[in-house]
Amino acid sequence: MNRTLSPVLGLLLATLCALPRVSLAAQDEPPVRAFVGARLLPMRSAPIDDGVVLVRAGRIAAVGPRASIQVPEGAEVVDLAQRVLMPGLVCTHSHVGAPWGADRSGPMQPEVSSVDSFDVRAATVHRARAGGLTTINAMPGSGHLMGGQTAYLKLREGNTVEDLLYRFEDGAPMGGLKMANGTNPRGESPRPGTRAKAAALVRGKFLEAQRYAEKKRAAAEDDEKEAPAIDLAMESLVEVLEGRRIVHHHTHRHDDIVTVLRLAREFDFRVVLHHVSDAWRVADEIAAAGVACSVIVVDSPGGKLEAQGLRYETSAVLHAAGVPVSIHTDDYITDSRLFLRSAALAVRAGMPRDAALEALTIAGAEQLDLADRIGTLEVGKDADFCVLDGDPLSVYTKVQQTWVEGELVFDLSDPEDRLFAVGGPGAGDERLFSACCAHVEGGER
Amino acid sequence: MIALILAVLFGAAPLAPQQESIALKGTLAVRAGTLHTQAGPPIANGIVLVVDGRIVAVGSEAEVVVPTGVRVLEAAVVVPGLVDAHSCVGLAGWLNTDHDKDEVDRSDNVQPELRALDAYNPADPLVEWVRSFGVTTVHTGHAPLALIPGQTIVVKTRGNTVDEAVLVPEAMVAACLADAGRERDGVGTRAKAMATLRQSLLDGRRHADAVAKAEADEEEEAPERDLRKEALARVVTGATPLLVTVHRAQDIANVLRLREEFPELRIVLDGVAEAPLVLEELVAAALPIIVHPTMFRAGGETKNLSMETPRVLVEAGLDVVMQSGYEGYVPRTRVVLYEAAVAARYGVPFERALGMITLDAARLLGLDGRLGSLEVGKDGDLALFDGDPFEYTTRCVGTVIEGVLVSTGERPR
Repeated sequence: MNRTLSPVLGLLLATLCALPRVSLAAQDEPPVRAFVGARLLPMRSAPIDDGVVLVRAGRIAAVGPRASIQVPEGAEVVDLAQRVLMPGLVCTHSHVGAPWGADRSGPMQPEVSSVDSFDVRAATVHRARAGGLTTINAMPGSGHLMGGQTAYLKLREGNTVEDLLYRFEDGAPMGGLKMANGTNPRGESPRPGTRAKAAALVRGKFLEAQRYAEKKRAAAEDDEKEAPAIDLAMESLVEVLEGRRIVHHHTHRHDDIVTVLRLAREFDFRVVLHHVSDAWRVADEIAAAGVACSVIVVDSPGGKLEAQGLRYETSAVLHAAGVPVSIHTDDYITDSRLFLRSAALAVRAGMPRDAALEALTIAGAEQLDLADRIGTLEVGKDADFCVLDGDPLSVYTKVQQTWVEGELVFDLSDPEDRLFAVGGPGAGDERLFSACCAHVEGGER
Repeated sequence: MIALILAVLFGAAPLAPQQESIALKGTLAVRAGTLHTQAGPPIANGIVLVVDGRIVAVGSEAEVVVPTGVRVLEAAVVVPGLVDAHSCVGLAGWLNTDHDKDEVDRSDNVQPELRALDAYNPADPLVEWVRSFGVTTVHTGHAPLALIPGQTIVVKTRGNTVDEAVLVPEAMVAACLADAGRERDGVGTRAKAMATLRQSLLDGRRHADAVAKAEADEEEEAPERDLRKEALARVVTGATPLLVTVHRAQDIANVLRLREEFPELRIVLDGVAEAPLVLEELVAAALPIIVHPTMFRAGGETKNLSMETPRVLVEAGLDVVMQSGYEGYVPRTRVVLYEAAVAARYGVPFERALGMITLDAARLLGLDGRLGSLEVGKDGDLALFDGDPFEYTTRCVGTVIEGVLVSTGERPR
């Protein structure tokens, strides 16, 4: 639907902007930044050559061909001639900033959150900006059946993780739950020794959460009944059962994938399948379950038993089967700075170009419940942009700029930023935004 | 002239079926929209003719006549078969489990007698995998995980046994002065690593001297056979090059010092993430370099790694080639084509980046008389692509080894 709406809205806004600019209201409005001259790749609608994007208060206020949009007087113009502008890239599975969760005390720790672990100053975080990424799902590791809560983060130049959080409507940090099966979470007791044991442990935990939720519900409806003592692990799983928190499930082998589908059906939780090396073997089953996949593209198969079946074709096969597909970095497994390359390798193996670019943007946004805010160039969405000097899927194309909510967060022409983009002495050091921003406007940043 | 000879060979008289199959083994022609020979400028609408495994003609369509009956392959772009200057495929097994991990034995820090020849598995799926991306020759062996983990080998990516694959049975002896060489039960410090390496080379020197003495003087008794000392003797006398994996600038400086102490050593530098910090010293030393994969992970001792280092080294005039390197996890091997592509992305000119995985790599391995360029007399090893080989979305559509089409697409098995 958005496909037809956005040009209309864009036109409408263009018309609004074209009205006589004498009113004082214009001065009260936040300033406009106009991105002019780029080839726009809006996602899910046709590319626009020589386009204009107007940004006000961090949101897209208008988007369309130059002829259709009047740049308001006084707007700050960003000249993007010879450039390509697409939505900021969305990585549905990232480990930049070391967002580790669970410890060795047990195989299921849904109460821990990567928000409490994420290091905004890590060099890896700025490297992600250098790759054109503007939103990431910061994930705990896969050594646990339940490794902890993930954090959906906007890669603003923040001083604390709070500055990067997406939030649920009630203000709580927004994120999913990391789960894993297959070989990574296996081990000595209390970790599971077999696949059946892994599934049984997860099943038991969800049954416990169902009982907990029932007790809470009963107490809420009946003053006589006592509410259960707050249990953080259970609270997290109740959010999963209620559909507020999506399960992001590490899974590779075809039978492990099918096990996840079975558990999701049994407990009716929302799930995105991650990595899915073997998904090409069970694409129809995944499609029938209506479940989305977040795919990793690695240069070679193997490296561990469950990645034997890894193929570049996985994304193409899933897409053809009707499965919504995003692509992720799993950084440090693949490098955020070369995120576009992963989509290109999927195209190399038959994925349509449009679908591959959507897999880096809107498809990822949908898997994080963020499609109303990011993932396409549409009026009202956050002004998160990745600016390129050519075809996004060419080896010779480089990310020139990254914008978050209309603010420049990476600029290849800035030597300091360039260091993070290509490497070199100092590139491994932490990124100190506080040094530049703490004194600005009383440290408001 | 060549066309004439071939016409005689193939067209003059019909051969009996049996003879025909023998004659046609290792024989084919490849027609390319663009032919990158590494022996001159690219040739538009070029043809390479391979007979009995060797290249017998290279040129434009007008210059090369393909005899009737010879199979003709076609591709948009054709380059010499790719040469991976340093890998661990065939030893570092693709499943990465105890049964197929043969890249390092940790019972001792110094084991130059361990032969890659005895460990290389030509049936490992990753050999076939890299071959499907145009890689026809691999310098592979023990991984940089111990001070001296063992030897390396050069193989063609074909063959049912190592004997069918091998080109150079003892290519180099590997050494590691990077962090991984000091981990686990290895030597604990840099100074200890250098002292151990020095002592090992001195042991080799003494053995070599004793052998020489016995050979020169019948009165002298030859030293007892000792596989380790014999291997070290070959290294210290320069018979076998020493491949030293090293990343930090201070460790690179240590290697340069070692070379002054043992002037006969033939050192090949490997990795060198911090090479740009000691560029002048490297230029003065003029050692050949197998630079880290362009996309190698930055962190720890490689935190200062740059994807521009290949360009920096090329522009400094150094003898530098590309590698897929060693990977301990996922991906288990890199694809050297991709690493050269990203080197090109970061400024290495196209032909030079191609050279880093063809002719220059062959030269570093001492095999440029036979491999690395499309020239008459060389092995008929070719890689066929449907576009610019470095583009992410281009596919390798065929790999030819000595005139035999051994891969027809990028696929596992």
